[in-house]
Amino acid sequence: MSLIHKSAADLGALIASGEVSAVEVAQAHLDRIAAVEPQVNAFLHVDAETTLEQARVVDARRAAGEDLGPLAGVPIAHKDVFTTKDMPTTAGSKILEGWRPPYDATVTRRLREAGLVILGKTNLDEFAMGSSTENSAYGTTHNPWDLSRIPGGSSGGSSAAVAAYEAPLSTGTDTGGSIRQPAAVTGIVGMKPTYGGSSRYGVIAFASSLDTPGPFARNVMDAALLHEAFSGHDVMDSTSVDAPVPSVVEAARNADVAGLRIGVVKEFGGDGYQPGVLARFHETVELLESMGAKVFEVSCPSFDVALPAYYLIAPSECSSNLARFDAMRYGLRVGDDGTRSAEEVMALTRAQGFGPEVKRRIILGTYALSSGYYDAYYGQAQKVRTLIARDFEAAFQQVDVLISPTTPTTAFAIGERADDPLAMYLADLCTIPANLAGNAAISVPCGLADEDGLPVGLQIMAPVLGDDRCYRVGAAVEKALEARWGGSLLSKAPAL
Amino acid sequence: MSTDTVMPYDEALERFEPVLGLETHVELGTASKMFCGCQAEFGAPPNTNVCPVCLALPGGLPTANVKAIESTIRIGLALNCSIAEWCRFARKNYFYPDMPKNYQISQYDEPLCFDGYLDVEVNGKTVRIEIERVHLEEDTGKSTHVGGATGRIQGADYSIVDYNRAGIPLVEIVTKPIPGTDRLAPEVARAYVTELREVLRTLNVSDVRMEEGSMRSDVNVSLMPRGSSEWGTRTETKNVNSLRSVERAVHSEIERQAAILADGGRIIQETRHFHENTGTTTSGRSKEEAQDYRYFPEPDLVPIAPDVAWVAELKAAMPELPRLRRKRLQQEWGVSDLDMEAMHNNDAIGLVEATVAAGAPPADARKWWMGELSRRANEAGIPLSELLITPDQIARVCAMVAGGALNDKLARQVLEGVLNGEGSPDEVVAARGLQIVNDEGELLAIIDQVLAGNADAAEKVRSGKIAAVGALVGGVMKASRGKADAGRARELLLEKLGVSE
Repeated sequence: MSLIHKSAADLGALIASGEVSAVEVAQAHLDRIAAVEPQVNAFLHVDAETTLEQARVVDARRAAGEDLGPLAGVPIAHKDVFTTKDMPTTAGSKILEGWRPPYDATVTRRLREAGLVILGKTNLDEFAMGSSTENSAYGTTHNPWDLSRIPGGSSGGSSAAVAAYEAPLSTGTDTGGSIRQPAAVTGIVGMKPTYGGSSRYGVIAFASSLDTPGPFARNVMDAALLHEAFSGHDVMDSTSVDAPVPSVVEAARNADVAGLRIGVVKEFGGDGYQPGVLARFHETVELLESMGAKVFEVSCPSFDVALPAYYLIAPSECSSNLARFDAMRYGLRVGDDGTRSAEEVMALTRAQGFGPEVKRRIILGTYALSSGYYDAYYGQAQKVRTLIARDFEAAFQQVDVLISPTTPTTAFAIGERADDPLAMYLADLCTIPANLAGNAAISVPCGLADEDGLPVGLQIMAPVLGDDRCYRVGAAVEKALEARWGGSLLSKAPAL
Repeated sequence: MSTDTVMPYDEALERFEPVLGLETHVELGTASKMFCGCQAEFGAPPNTNVCPVCLALPGGLPTANVKAIESTIRIGLALNCSIAEWCRFARKNYFYPDMPKNYQISQYDEPLCFDGYLDVEVNGKTVRIEIERVHLEEDTGKSTHVGGATGRIQGADYSIVDYNRAGIPLVEIVTKPIPGTDRLAPEVARAYVTELREVLRTLNVSDVRMEEGSMRSDVNVSLMPRGSSEWGTRTETKNVNSLRSVERAVHSEIERQAAILADGGRIIQETRHFHENTGTTTSGRSKEEAQDYRYFPEPDLVPIAPDVAWVAELKAAMPELPRLRRKRLQQEWGVSDLDMEAMHNNDAIGLVEATVAAGAPPADARKWWMGELSRRANEAGIPLSELLITPDQIARVCAMVAGGALNDKLARQVLEGVLNGEGSPDEVVAARGLQIVNDEGELLAIIDQVLAGNADAAEKVRSGKIAAVGALVGGVMKASRGKADAGRARELLLEKLGVSE
């Protein structure tokens, strides 16, 4: 097996034992990137020399006898919303083209300290707004399973990079499903930690009360290792949870569902769901039962209004969060020819610098927060949010985890929903409730849809700070399914 | 600048009744900024106290300064407010180049402190000013508009921005509307700001320098016709940078608004700017089309939930507040209400207290600060506290007078020397040779000299017109350049001339 096909855990072990160097591992992935990027377009920025230099540092630390963590020397790709002091950070927007942050995000910094080697920055929907990467100002990323399809979004560059063996690990952010949905449609694992379980410091904000950094990997254990490496309280993020990180690696090891109570969310399924998606989901439910789990149907009635509530809260927060892009201190500046006022330059810059979806959401949010409309829109949406949290609370009285398909459909074709925002928004139908309530949720592969042979994801939702349950159930499902498939789902993907 | 028609103050007050409101912003003297670790000092080179958070770089997040929250709660307690058990920051959204995030983190409908009051003394009467709210927010950066005539953004060639001030913790203290002040409205406004400043100084939460902008009071004024109970439209006057300006701004707004209303006009709800040189206000930004700030709870910060025990602790540790302190000092010093108020209005109480603490008798300390030194400060156009003399030095001069080494006239010369930077009182006495002449030999020689030159006066005294000795004493004082002890000179003169009283 070539280096690029190995798991992060194996690469870490090989580097730790000195069988391979971090430089060799980095080089193998850089070669892969060079080979497949013309087709996949997962990366916005790759800088081989910076990457190799980081790998050399890890090798030197290792040689000096330093005790490094299990992922030291393992390469990683960061979604281009995590600030990196040695690479540009654009959020997929023209308004930040070429901006080089003077500082590292907490996640970036912690992973650097753990010895992970940054391969580059991955593509995304502009400011993480979208479900396909088609909203990126720098072109669309292609799904490695079928290059005519989307890789999900907004973290589509990160999912595609891992699915295309360009990186064993990557980071993403999940605001309404932006980790789980791309993971589902590319046949990999993606986890949204409990809100506040991973630091937002240095993560370019979309919607502050929802944004959650999380890991992508090709298997559950790798995701857990990455999760553990960057998690934990951060004094730089006021909303960071000051509680011990759930032991997710331990949970991934204890892949067992015997006696566990599992709830199937009644509201997710039926009309609008692709039959192949539902078929794989129901098979997985049966599988869990056969493994000793007790399965119940659980109703969460307010989940039906989660999507509209989300499309008021997220745009409201983004309309304010994105106000800082005003041409004053960094990024694009348009029309500053000495004749225009600061206000005019701000307006021109924002008109040219933001793409249509970002503008749509800024306008939507500005409207929802306006005096006279606030109560009817933003205020009402916050009430829905409370109802959703209560539905979760009631459900977790009865069951240990809730499950559903991650997305209603498999990867759709590039361009298919580009002109229909509402159809695009439906991709996050099942993932949004966990964001609104701040719960932990993971997506793991559960097979290929019969109609199109494309990956289907299983979503496992756990209570706030119950991240370990996601890994425990996810690892059990993975183990059983891989035994059935005779290998990983991804190994069935056509070669690039 | 257009000149408004005004109605003379007395006439204005006959026809209208003023309602006041004051909004005061205070920069807290915390070591670091409100939402990041940058230093909050005044006067650093531009754009040196900045970081990803206060510059609003992408990804920057605020974390609240606990010391600033503590200071705000202490202010609330001193102003007899209720302290919120749970409240949130809110975003106030508007675009302006000196505001890096293009929203200000402030508080909206959930202030940290609310429903309090502050009692102030005006003309020996206590006026209770109700406090609506005390909330915490961050300051903006500072714009400087270059070119153009006014220093305002309109007409400027370009503007430069210093973000050092962006994110400095700012407390906003808002009064409820203050009716019923009648013709004392200007004095009440001034007394409130004076008292508030003293409270803040006592709490040691800010350096409260109005001239440097670390304390800024916006003055709201509206008028209603006598007999009406419906409040008129108010204006908000900014750029009021001293206690005296607070008083003048209210005065001038009353005169201006009265003229408009009497003429059948209407008051525009607007921001006005006070001008120190003319004592009048001019129109600023109109608030007619009220800006929509789209307030919403700040999602980057967790709510503030001050622990009840902590608040109780802060309350227990409150210093003696100025009004109580004044009552105590008045009793200790044995001065009248009016003398006390005069000292208060002149910002002299702390100086007198320190002078007494340095050993001076209260009456002497008050005499110097409220007399000679107030005169000097007025001449120089500066507050008493900025005179180049310390309470210790005043106490030393008092001691020298009490010990007979100086008389009042010499003492004034010593003070002048100290104020001129000639050194300590002892150094000035030595350098200027201001010691009272205590050497009898020297004094007798001067007396002989004066008697020889004033034979007529000497003769009158000898013949029993004792009152004429005054002229001779004057001659001795003149010849000694004021250094003689006048009493002793008189005794010696009478003795020499062979008369007794």
